[in-house]
Formats: sequence, structure tokens, C-alpha cells
Amino acid sequence: MGKSPTLEFDSKWDLSPAPESTDHINLKKRYDLFIGGKWVKPESNKYFKTINPATEKVLAEVAEGNEKDIDKAVKAARRAYKEVWSKMAPGERGKYIYRIARLIQERAREFAVIESMDGGKAIRESRDVDIPLAAGHFFYYAGWTDKLQYAFPNRKAEPLGVAGQIIPWNFPLLMAAWKIAPALATGNTVVIKSAETTPLTLLKLAEVIEASGLPPGVVNIVSGAGATGAAIVNHPDIDKIAFTGSTGVGKIIQRAVVGTHKKTTLELGGKAANIIFEDAPLDQAVEGIINGIYFNQGHVCCAGSRLFIQESVNDIVLRKLKDRMKSLIVGDPLDKNTDIGAINSKEQLGTINKYIKVGNDEGATMYQNSCPLPKKGFWCRPTLFTDVSQSSRIVQEEIFGPVLAVQTFRTADEVIAKANNSPYGLSAGVWTDKGSKIFNLTSQMKAGIVWANTYNKFDPTSPFGGYKESGFGREGGLHGLKPYLKF
Amino acid sequence: MDRVEILKTYKIYIGGAFPRTESGRYYTPVNGTKQLGNICLSSRKDFRNSVVAARKACGKWAGKSAANRSQIMYRIAEILEGRKTQFIAELELQGNSKAKAEKEVLASIDRFIYYAGWCDKFSQVFSSVNPVASSHFNFTSPEPMGVISVCAPEGSGLLGLVNAIAPVLAGGNTCVVLASESMPLCAITFAEVLNASDVPGGTVNILTGKRSELLEHMASHMDVNGFSYSGTDKEEIKKVKECAVENLKRVSVFDGNNLLSADNHSPYFIDEFVEMKTTWHPIEKIAGAGSGY
Repeated sequence: MGKSPTLEFDSKWDLSPAPESTDHINLKKRYDLFIGGKWVKPESNKYFKTINPATEKVLAEVAEGNEKDIDKAVKAARRAYKEVWSKMAPGERGKYIYRIARLIQERAREFAVIESMDGGKAIRESRDVDIPLAAGHFFYYAGWTDKLQYAFPNRKAEPLGVAGQIIPWNFPLLMAAWKIAPALATGNTVVIKSAETTPLTLLKLAEVIEASGLPPGVVNIVSGAGATGAAIVNHPDIDKIAFTGSTGVGKIIQRAVVGTHKKTTLELGGKAANIIFEDAPLDQAVEGIINGIYFNQGHVCCAGSRLFIQESVNDIVLRKLKDRMKSLIVGDPLDKNTDIGAINSKEQLGTINKYIKVGNDEGATMYQNSCPLPKKGFWCRPTLFTDVSQSSRIVQEEIFGPVLAVQTFRTADEVIAKANNSPYGLSAGVWTDKGSKIFNLTSQMKAGIVWANTYNKFDPTSPFGGYKESGFGREGGLHGLKPYLKF
Repeated sequence: MDRVEILKTYKIYIGGAFPRTESGRYYTPVNGTKQLGNICLSSRKDFRNSVVAARKACGKWAGKSAANRSQIMYRIAEILEGRKTQFIAELELQGNSKAKAEKEVLASIDRFIYYAGWCDKFSQVFSSVNPVASSHFNFTSPEPMGVISVCAPEGSGLLGLVNAIAPVLAGGNTCVVLASESMPLCAITFAEVLNASDVPGGTVNILTGKRSELLEHMASHMDVNGFSYSGTDKEEIKKVKECAVENLKRVSVFDGNNLLSADNHSPYFIDEFVEMKTTWHPIEKIAGAGSGY
């Protein structure tokens, strides 16, 4: 007997390009701010470029909102709250939200293509996940407007007023939907800021909102960078801050609102454990590992970035995992065959590469697939590290890229202790075919979302949010209403 | 000859035991000119020790069935009922009229009964089964937050304390409580009640001492998950919230007024000290589209 044949996944699977066309999308050269139902120039008269991270080509220029712009937006939102939105019959409010949902569905293809161009995510994901879920969130919350009295027994719920919302660059339109839909459904008006590197789909949403006939000022959309966000956080006439982003910035925001009347919802970082027991369906588990860490290039706060494999199946799971990694296609986000698109920005690529270097310097063993990478743009091969310890920085710190740290364990109690040994507590994954073990693990994980025998699933009806330093408040589902209400 | 009365030594309550403060310090609260006793002036180290005890007890308390937690809280109320006269006497000693003291003690017992009843019910009120569009079973339910720092209101020796502790306990949490600085006696006697009940040691830890010394430490400790503040001092509230940011502790503020009012008990106060967890699992579709995993 000779050497057993190895499967070659990374050379024989050349697929013909299948790019999504871009000729149907409408992008303006320059976008202003959407305030009080009108497109207005920024006070600073400054614009910044947003590029396609896969080609480094400029897609459009967007306005840089400053304090004065935010003040205008808050005034417009306050006026709309007082004069129109709070007086409107709840059912009628709901109809506007339904309209927004429908308009997103009608323009879903355009949204998906722009999302992939601006952010670098694979079209398969923006088409099948981001855009349908965004529409779904508006649809779901539209129906809540006239039913709030059933959500909180024995309590009378009232809106807070003006909500200031700051969204991240990893799921731009979806995060906007997570923020805007419940805020509107509960009767609040909104000032929302897009992420610096991915402003376009939120600005396209402004067009949808315009087309929906939503009363002017109910949703105001301001593009900009950190200073623009700070202007929202510090504006005295905002009643609620909803932020999704890093734990570091979340703490700055929370400090800034101390002593004010503002309520906060913080959806922050994570370092989720994904736990594979020996009795798990291993092939499915491998798919779950891949989806857990390489979904959206790993730019996911709930990514399963810490893999724990029970010792007895470590070798086989690692072999299957590496085989599967070889088949992953990194490249053009608009190609329907692409599994892993472009890293969102040069800056983020720098962060990821820094952590890859840290992992190697700490003595971990790195494995990457060997697929070819495009010449232009920002790319990172799917990466995993073995020989790491609990104290390794790549195990402790959120990388926000396609980098997986693999550890092993022997007993359930051991892995529970290891998994919970993190300041984060956003999500976790558990893979086993034994029901009682599933419920033991899911109830022991200190995390807001636990996926058992699945991973990275999202739904408008399903509350999302963290324990510990992953933030507080929930978005989605019935529980997502509460952060926008007072009683 | 008249009998010489035995005076009570008030100590603190940590991990189910009654040590003196490790600092060896004391203070002497007064009612008018009458000294109430030499009360432990607890230190930061006492607080840290209490957090260790509370963390250790998390699994023991949260791990009990909800029905069992309910019965144990009911038991606390039973023992309170049996020691009514002692609490009334202590409240009088601390400056309350007899009528007011009686009212406060009875309300405290009733409040414990109220929250005892919620232990195995609030999760039914606040949970949901979420009808997701994919082939998954998905539900959201509350879990204990963990270790809670509790700052009891200054103006109420017993009811304020009970009102702050009961929802935290009903939620399955453990806690470290700082008693009213000027009226600490009932807090320590309440610790004796807890000790006689079946609450695992460390579930409730009670310290006496000064807010000015301990409050910031209680709010900034990295192994505490939540903070329950009863009071209206704006500066204190701001300080607590600032310190809490360090590890994103959840802070709940109750004004501590009108404690006798029924508005001051609600399952929504339990809701302040739980985390919502959402769990997903695939549903196998035997003959149709969609897969088991």
C-alpha cells in the first residue's frame, strides 16, 4: 500500500466567473445629507470618498456631517416627533414602515449589489442574508406599531422621543434596519449616522424613505466619521443612543451619557466559543465552523472565532476543516461563486494582519488556504491557528477578520469554563447530537445568543444582544421594543 | 437585683458566616444622643471578599429549581414573621414610632412573599418562542445576571433593604449589600434570618459602613455584573454610573421613596437583573426541503 491519496480541493475546482452585473444600479457621484426630508449640503462643505475595497476604485463622494448638521437633524427629528409622528394613529405609522419594507424588497437586487461593492461582502451573502433580513425587520416591526399594549403586560408604553443611532460597517443596511424599524414602530423619530467606509446603502435607504412618503424629519440620515457620531452622542436633545460597534467606543459613549437622561443600547464586540463535541454530526459541524468564522470575512461581532474541539475528534475535525477551507473561494465580491469577499478597508486589513503576526509571534501554528488573491483590493485568506492557549492574544481579543483560534478540551465542565473565560458574552455555538448535553451547554454559556447545531442565523423575530462587555439591550423580536420605550 | 441585659454585637455577613470587618474598624450610629452600637465599618477588602463569596454562590442559587428558590424565599418570610417583634423593636430603637415600625415590618414580610411567588413565574411572562422564518426552534428566556452590588436606601432600615434584595434574589442572582449607614441594625438581624433559612451561604452578603468609602468600589469591581442603587443623590448616581462603565455593569436606580406603595413591587424590577438569552436549534424536516442541521 502506498500513501493514501489526499483530496485536492484547491486546484481542480476552477469555476467560470459568474459576476453579478452592475449596470442596473443607480449611484450618484455625490451624496448630501438627508435631513428633514430634503437632501442638504453639509455645513462644512466637506465630502469624503467611499471606495470599493475589492478594486480600490471610488464609488461616490458622501457628505461629512458635523455638529451643526447633527443639530439640524435633531431639530428636524424633534419637530417631526412633536408635530406629526407622535400624533399619528399607530396603525398609520405602521403603514409607512410596511411601505419601506416593500420598497426595499422591490429594489433588493440594487441594494445587494451596492452593499457588496461598498463593503466587499460576497454577493451571495448580501443577496440572501443582508437585504432580505433588512426588509424583514421593517416588515416585522411595522406590525408592532398598534400592538404595543400586548407586549408589556400591566404597563403603558410610551416612546422616548428622538433616537440617535450609530451603525457599523459590517452589515450596513441590515444594521440600519435593526435600528430604524423598532425605533419607528415604537413611535420615536430618528437621526442615524452611516459607517465611515460603507455609507452607500443607508443613503440609498434615504431614497427609499423619500419614496415612501414618510413625513419629513421622521428619519434623518447623516454620513460622516467618528466626530459625527460624537455629535449625536453629545447632543442634549436626543433621548436615546443606540450604538453597534466596538466595546472600546461603546464604553466611551456610555461614559459620555452618564448624568444625562439618555438611554442606551450597546451592541458591542464578541469572541464567541464554538464548541464541537465528539458526538456531533462532524460534517455539519465543519460547515458550522466555516459559516461561524468566515461568514462576511469574519467581520461579525458574533463570529465563532474561538473553536473548541473535543480531543478525541480533534484530528478528524481539523482535517475536514482544512479540506473545506481549501475549497473556499476568495475574490470578487460580485461573483456568485465567491465565498469570501474583500476585507472592508485597508485599515481593517492592517488590524487583521497585525493579529496574524501576533499569533505567529506567540508561537501558534498557522494554516491558510492557498487560493489565488486578486492583485488590487484588500484580501485575507481564511486562516486558522492551532497551538494557542487561553491567554493568547488571538484567543482573548476580537480580531474581526477571517482568523480562527483552535483549542481542544476533554470534558463539558472544562469547555464551559474555558468558553466563559472572556470579558465578552455575545454568542456561542454548541455541536452535539445529545439533547441533554445541548441544554446543559446552552444554559451554561454566558452569552446572549446560543446556536446549537447551527451558527450565525438571524431573524427579525429573534432578539440579539450580549451579556457582560458585549453590551446591553436587545435588538429584534419582542424584546427589541423595550429599549425604545418608557413606562 | 435587676438582671443585666445582654447587648448584641452586630457583625457583618459574608459567605454565610458572621465575621467582623477585616479592617477592625467600627462606627457608632446614633438615634438622637443614644448610641445604637459599635457597627462594623466595612472595608474595600470586605467587599472584595464578599464578591468572591457571591460569585462562588452563583451556581448554587441559580442552579436551584425556580420552585425551590420560591420556597426558600417563602421560608425567609416565614422566619421574618416569627421575629417580627425583634425587628419592630430595632426599628423603634433607630427612631421610628411603634406604629410606623409595625407597618414597615409587615410590609417587608409581604414584599418577600410577593417576590417569592414570582420566582417560578416571571420567566414565563418575559420569555418568548420566536417564530423564525427558517427551519429552527428559537426561544428567548431570562437568565440571572450574576453578582449584583446592592446599595440599600438610607432612610429605611428594613423595608428598603428587603425591597432592594428580593427582586435580585428572585431573578436568581447573588448580591453584596451595603446597609443603610444610619440604620444598620435590621440589616444584620435580617442576615440572621437568611442564615436560618435555606439560602446558600454567599447568596446574600451584607456589609455595614459608609457609602462614601464603598460606593465607587462596589460600582467599579470587575467581577460584579449589575448595580442596584436606591436613593436620589444625583452625585452618587453619576459616580456609580461612571464607575460601572469599566465592565459595562447594568445599573438600576430606584428612588427608594414611597416604599410602602404597591407601585414599588413589580416583576419588572426582576427584569432589571436578568439577561435575555436566545437559543436556536434546527428542526429536521423529514420529507421536505431544508436540512436537519
